[in-house]
Amino acid sequence: MEEKAKDIITDEQQEYIINIGPQHPSTHGVMRLVVSLKGEFVLNVEPHIGYIHRGIEKMCESLTYPQIIHLTDRMDYLSAHINNEAVCLAVEKALEVDIPDRVKVIRTLMSELTRIQSHELFWASYGMDLGGQTCYFYGLRDREMVLDIFEETTGGRMIVSYNCPGGVMYDLHPNFRKRVKEFIKHFRKVLPEYDDILTNNVIFHGRTVGIGPLPLKEAIAYGITGPSGRASGFSCDVRKHEPYSAYDRVKFNEVLFTEGDSYHRYLARVEEMRESMDIIEQLIDNIPEGPYAVKMKPVIKLPEGEYYQRVETARGELGVFIISDGNKLPYRVKFRTPNFANLSVLNHLVKGFKIADLIAIFGSLDFVIPDIDR
Amino acid sequence: MPFDIYDFTSFTKWIDTSLENAMSPFWTTVTEMAIAGVLFILFYAVVGLFLVYAERKVCAFVQNRLGPNRLGPYGIFQTIADLIKLLFKELIPIKNADRFLFNLAPYIVIIVNFMVLGAIPYAKGLHAIDFNIGIFYIIAVSSMSVIGVLLAGWSSNNKYSLIGAMRSGAQIVSYELSVGLSLITMVIFAGSMQLSVIVEAQRTGWFIFKGHIPAFIAFVIYIIAGTAETNRGPFDLAEAESELTAGYHTEYSGIKFAFFYLAEFINMFIVASIAATIFLGGWMPFHIGTWEGFNRIMDFVPPFIWYLGKTFFVIWVIMLFKWTFPRLRIDQLLTLEWKYLLPINLVNVLIMAFIVLMGWHF
Repeated sequence: MEEKAKDIITDEQQEYIINIGPQHPSTHGVMRLVVSLKGEFVLNVEPHIGYIHRGIEKMCESLTYPQIIHLTDRMDYLSAHINNEAVCLAVEKALEVDIPDRVKVIRTLMSELTRIQSHELFWASYGMDLGGQTCYFYGLRDREMVLDIFEETTGGRMIVSYNCPGGVMYDLHPNFRKRVKEFIKHFRKVLPEYDDILTNNVIFHGRTVGIGPLPLKEAIAYGITGPSGRASGFSCDVRKHEPYSAYDRVKFNEVLFTEGDSYHRYLARVEEMRESMDIIEQLIDNIPEGPYAVKMKPVIKLPEGEYYQRVETARGELGVFIISDGNKLPYRVKFRTPNFANLSVLNHLVKGFKIADLIAIFGSLDFVIPDIDR
Repeated sequence: MPFDIYDFTSFTKWIDTSLENAMSPFWTTVTEMAIAGVLFILFYAVVGLFLVYAERKVCAFVQNRLGPNRLGPYGIFQTIADLIKLLFKELIPIKNADRFLFNLAPYIVIIVNFMVLGAIPYAKGLHAIDFNIGIFYIIAVSSMSVIGVLLAGWSSNNKYSLIGAMRSGAQIVSYELSVGLSLITMVIFAGSMQLSVIVEAQRTGWFIFKGHIPAFIAFVIYIIAGTAETNRGPFDLAEAESELTAGYHTEYSGIKFAFFYLAEFINMFIVASIAATIFLGGWMPFHIGTWEGFNRIMDFVPPFIWYLGKTFFVIWVIMLFKWTFPRLRIDQLLTLEWKYLLPINLVNVLIMAFIVLMGWHF
């Protein structure tokens, strides 16, 4: 009898399966992780996606190109502007339009502001994932200033929809330059505060250093891009390798680490905020004069063919692939979203770590769930 | 009626004798117990509500916010409104839960709180039970609250709750050692376990000043271990919002949830009270050597205020911990206890014993 009981309780049956999500404070959205535990240790994680699938790619097939731009806001809502830019660049590339310098600089400035506010929210929510709830309010306090800048110029705070094929919707607000300078001044002052409260904290080090290490080879194999990939030493910054907009005329460093653990994924983002500020400072005083948009045809028809444009969002490489049959509607649109690719590595990273580390790793990959599901 | 705000001994004596004159000894005891019980329930509710308010304000202060400010001046009625809401909320019955244990768990936590509150000296003569083994009693009773937490986690039929309860079990049992040992250090120093004697011994100077470095080390360890024992951040693994949603009380609603919530705050109050009583002189005023004028002014402040002031100072420190630090992981938590705090504590006890043996203390 005793032996029989032993047979029944095999390792597999001792697994303790819990659902993290779809409604859970640390998945930052509707995502379900089926986690098999053995005690506190994670044996396996199975992400179930699709809770916020809206069929954006399919919807694109029945919308004109200017309309598609507004859908892309809803993918990675924290990099809304950069998503818009990607579609615009693809369309402009197909039509071979010459974009004025002013537009390029405006787009770059807005992209970098977007990147800063996205990383600020990452910093805030990562602190909260690890239990330091004060971080959240510090992060949101400073993010508010960027959102105010967006609101003044574009009318939207998060979902800006500022781009249109050929340029931007309207000119910069007269206050823009002043407010951006104020923000940079303020942010340079408070970034050391961020380091005091989280980066240099002993408990934070204990929670993140060496947790979920991702070697360079595996980062490339899984296609991990963005700060998460660069923390492993994968030089994948599209802004550097394939400059678009005004990135070819600014100097900035690609933040690269080799360790690839949660701590360095976090650090890569904090450092990127500094680099973004450098980029903004280089451009803010030399915004060229000129038109803020090129006059485009009322109905935009892309010539027959396939077009691909990639950009660097706050989370990694976003690819826009458009197949056109010469109509005003695209034949097929495919988005290569960074979060979807980054999610694939999750199970590989968390195996053997504890349930608290799962949260630390999940947080450090900085997911935006609607971007995974599209 | 001999009422003296500086010494309640004669006042309580007067109540006792007038009751004894009116009824038999048995009923006197019953009446006195009833009076003390009602007073403690009132005290419990008031302190609980105040601490919830204080926590919100401290947390708002740390986080660049204002905190509650709508209901009454400075939002002081906010917690009362919240309590009324919790009282009227539906108690959701859980499927497949162990009903009896599920309902019992919050009461165990609350009862343990009351048992400890009774043994704390609030002012001279204001002391419900003055044991000669007061500290031993407090250590013994306060560790019983883990039973309530474990029962809550087990009976909820929720996997998150169970993980939270198991963590909390490991945590409280471990940190109980550090709390006990750091208190024992001071017991060796004071030479008594009776709390009134310990407070009286601090008339000439608080133990944290009198007790050389070992007393200070014991104080620091006590604060760390006490924070851990109350399941507060950065040791709030049992709740761990971002991992386990709400840990062991995930499934509780309405007033039963409020019990757990209040118990957490009262636990913090108890930890702070004991720290104030044993290390910071309890209700004793602050005196500096031979400064007659200064000491006279300090004596003028009622002992109860001294006691509350010290307690709330310690509570404030514990609150700042929570709002500043990220959370530890379970293995780091246990490492901290078993590999660092416990050995330091043991050595500390030895040093203290040696100092007392050689008569080196003041």
